[in-house]
Amino acid sequence: MEMASLREAYGKALVELGAQNKNIVALDADLSKSTRTALFQEAYPERFFEISIAEQNMIGVAVGLALTGKIPFVNSFAVFATGRTYDQIRQSACIANINIKICGSSSGLSDFGDGATHQSLEDVALMRVLPNMTVLVPVDAVETKKMVEFAVRHNGPVYLRINRNDLPVYTDESTEFELGKLYQMRDGEDAVVFANGVMVSKAMEAAEILEKEGTGVRVVNVSTVKPLKKEEVLKYIKGVKGIVTAEEHSIIGGLGSAIVELLRDVDHPPVEFIGVKDRFGTSASNYEELLEYFGLTSKSITLTIKDLLDRC
Amino acid sequence: MLSNDLIERIERTALKLRLDILEMVGVGKAGHLGGSSSCADIVAALYFYKMKIDPENPHYEDRDRFLLSKGHGALAQYAALVELGYIPREEMKKVKTLDGILQGHPDMTKTPGIEANTGSLGQGLSIATGMALGLRLDGKDSRVYVIVGDGELSEGQIWEAAMCAGYYKLDNLVAIIDNNGLQATGPIKERFNIYPIAPKWESFGWHVREIDGHNIREIIETLDELDNVRGKPKVMIARTVKGKGFSFAENDPAFHNIALTEEQYIQAKRELESRMARWS
Repeated sequence: MEMASLREAYGKALVELGAQNKNIVALDADLSKSTRTALFQEAYPERFFEISIAEQNMIGVAVGLALTGKIPFVNSFAVFATGRTYDQIRQSACIANINIKICGSSSGLSDFGDGATHQSLEDVALMRVLPNMTVLVPVDAVETKKMVEFAVRHNGPVYLRINRNDLPVYTDESTEFELGKLYQMRDGEDAVVFANGVMVSKAMEAAEILEKEGTGVRVVNVSTVKPLKKEEVLKYIKGVKGIVTAEEHSIIGGLGSAIVELLRDVDHPPVEFIGVKDRFGTSASNYEELLEYFGLTSKSITLTIKDLLDRC
Repeated sequence: MLSNDLIERIERTALKLRLDILEMVGVGKAGHLGGSSSCADIVAALYFYKMKIDPENPHYEDRDRFLLSKGHGALAQYAALVELGYIPREEMKKVKTLDGILQGHPDMTKTPGIEANTGSLGQGLSIATGMALGLRLDGKDSRVYVIVGDGELSEGQIWEAAMCAGYYKLDNLVAIIDNNGLQATGPIKERFNIYPIAPKWESFGWHVREIDGHNIREIIETLDELDNVRGKPKVMIARTVKGKGFSFAENDPAFHNIALTEEQYIQAKRELESRMARWS
């Protein structure tokens, strides 16, 4: 499968959109080489603001820029962009629905070597709980680009969660990104996996394995975690005997929680969560090894689906 | 030399703001009397002399911006916005109620004339910095004025913003420190001692002026003088008195956020009105 870098796609998309829309500005906290806003800096130095290692101030400066009509993209590693700055995002940006875009780069476990301090397993939960916030988790480089385009069109705060590593490309230019829409990646009638980010590829692998064993698995890419539409979720649980959610995030407060919140008042098949079970990250020598360590694999999805279906 | 008439007009306005603050604090309901009255003279000088604004058109593009980083001083700003006609006078009675448009801390989504949501201390200076950057990017000559509390200087984000504005040499940014010396629970000197204040800002590339924050002539002459300082953000350290104008509350941290008794309310009203009467 074709692999492509999400952060490279992000950086290029910013440059491309920046050419048409002079209100787009970018801010970074000494990580522009990693987040790839270095590309924007190179193209439009006057619209790039190096804010140095001061993320809280960066959010405030972005809010001020937005209040003068700019569309600021704020960049740092996901853990700093959302955790260190939570109060600034809440108070300065979200209460008044300010038009800032927060790009959480090197999200989840994708910065595998740097360990717990640099890995973000709580960011989706933190951003999701904020009124007015939109939370997006792209599945691949192509969807990343479309989400940047969306973020520019959308008036209000957006959180975009970007993986550090190359990921398989599932979407193509012709698929339009629509806020809140769920994207079925393959169909099957026995179980459904709601996944996002890197976990979509793991779910696809699991579905292939199970297909050979005669079990049909539907895989749905939930790239909009918020706003999540109930009717969309209900559409994809129709007929299945088990529901699995899969995310590179804590099982507390993320995609799984969001799905179950919507299903709480309807009859639904049993649900299981694949995610990190209330733990911090750790250093590893490569990404796959770390995903395996936390059970974020096609194998664990396969076993979980089997277990769920055995219960029926 | 500014005329005595002008100075007197702003002084009277500042008294009016204090009367409005008193009305909003009222009897028996808590309000930030101390920190609103310590910055009332600065607020009056900015809104009624210095700033380029249009109350008929709050979003007028070339306006100067005012932010209250110490958002708990909101009553001073609300008073100015009432006197200028941004806010209907009857809203003062509904401050901090479900029926009103005046929140406990400034909210741009609810109150005309408010430029940003502030109140979580330490954040307004960063927003002001971003506004100053944005205005400069657009080639506007509008200025951004932001009042920062001295207790607020304990917030680390203030110093992040100070370094940032210094780095970007934002000469369209003026910060005013309401240096009343008291935070909610007592004297700043006995908490994290932030003194000396001036050299800290100087070292981050700011032009610093220290003034008497209740001397209208000094406030407005300094504001005018700062227009001519180029290539640096500017900070006015204004020595003020918490509770200024309310004799029983001056320099008493107990009046940070407190309800007034009926006796206190009557006394304050009498004192302010008798000062006002001297001019008429």
